[in-house]
Amino acid sequence: MKKIDAIIIGAGPVGLFAIHQLGLKGLKAIVIDNLDRAGGQCIELYPDKPIYDIPAVPECTGEELTKNLLEQIKPFNTEFIFNERVEEVRQDKDKWIVKTNNNNEFSTPNIIIAGGVGSFEPRKLSLKEIEKFEGKSLFYAVKNKEELKNKKISIFGGGDSALDWALELSKLSKITLIHRRDEFRGAPHTLSEIKKLEKEGKISIKTPCQLASVEGNESIKSISVKFDDGKVEKINTDIILSFFGLVMKLGPIADWGLNMDKKTIEVNSQNFETNKKGIFAIGDICNYPGKLKLILSGFHEAALASVDCFKRARPNEKYRFEFTTASKTIQERLGKK
Amino acid sequence: MPKIIYQDNKGNSKTINVENGLTVMEGAIQNDIPGIDADCGGSMACATCHVYVEEKWLDKLPKAEEAEVDMIDMAFEPKKNSRLSCQLIVSDELDGLKVTTPSKQS
Repeated sequence: MKKIDAIIIGAGPVGLFAIHQLGLKGLKAIVIDNLDRAGGQCIELYPDKPIYDIPAVPECTGEELTKNLLEQIKPFNTEFIFNERVEEVRQDKDKWIVKTNNNNEFSTPNIIIAGGVGSFEPRKLSLKEIEKFEGKSLFYAVKNKEELKNKKISIFGGGDSALDWALELSKLSKITLIHRRDEFRGAPHTLSEIKKLEKEGKISIKTPCQLASVEGNESIKSISVKFDDGKVEKINTDIILSFFGLVMKLGPIADWGLNMDKKTIEVNSQNFETNKKGIFAIGDICNYPGKLKLILSGFHEAALASVDCFKRARPNEKYRFEFTTASKTIQERLGKK
Repeated sequence: MPKIIYQDNKGNSKTINVENGLTVMEGAIQNDIPGIDADCGGSMACATCHVYVEEKWLDKLPKAEEAEVDMIDMAFEPKKNSRLSCQLIVSDELDGLKVTTPSKQS
């Protein structure tokens, strides 16, 4: 089991800045995020939208902010664990054992939860009867293209993921693309490619309609879609791919015995510690009187929480408050001297 | 103050006075109306404040911009009268507006 000064849950802007604040104090962190890259909501929900309230940055996009934060934490060579979710947190004397859904285990005196509104997960289809096919003939992401060769594939969605996969898989299989309205979102170039393939009979497009039922026992045999005018059509289908974006789910955090208020974790505003010693919550997920869900507030919370993380990780050392402009130690940690 | 009627998918409704200028979503969050999550806080990025607008009000509302319609694609069981409540700004003209929340948001 790996030992580390702090585990940060969530690689959004606030989690990234926590690495920096811990790093200045000489603490090493490991960051765990369910997405496949850093940035959190900034990257997943609004990468192109300008943000105007980052101090001293008049305007930047979610993507630029993430890029700059990654640049800022480079000197600390932090380990990131992506595509994994923290499932379990349990106490081990004055330490915490953190376990992910991929059975990675860590021992740490400090957990910083910077989880935003929860972990991003694919938005699932609403039909109850469809759940049993998940992972067998219903997929919310494509992991192995080869498994989708020579199949009858029905793809749901109207955005880039649905369109891109329709194009790509049309080379291997028979594709039906199903969307709730006639207009598709997505790059104009992709759209014209799709239309071309439709004319050639390689992709069949069904709009405006939604999934009505699924037929099959062990595996999917066919699906029925219902059009806006009430007409129902049966489509022979081996595989369903569904691309309705991501939703945020609080997930296992709710089971760790933390004091919660709806989907947020209660903390004190002195060090942003929760009711459990050594577990901190910062950013959108924390709650205290006067809390504002702003990135800048999260940065402040990260700085204060890092001080107590130091005290827990280095109980025999004295904490010294230092400025980056003046401290030789900090400058060395930043690789500047 | 305009009254907004929030109805759940079982037909129970609550009438709330919502200040002009707030969104229908904010009116719901501030008054603990269940069924509206608003995970992204109103930045039109999550579709968890999705509501069905009573048909007779559809024409009285400003048309949804493209980004909103795109986001509704992601919503749970969208219909013709689907809107994101974070994009509906309360005014005197909307006094009596009735919205129904879907059976779930995600």
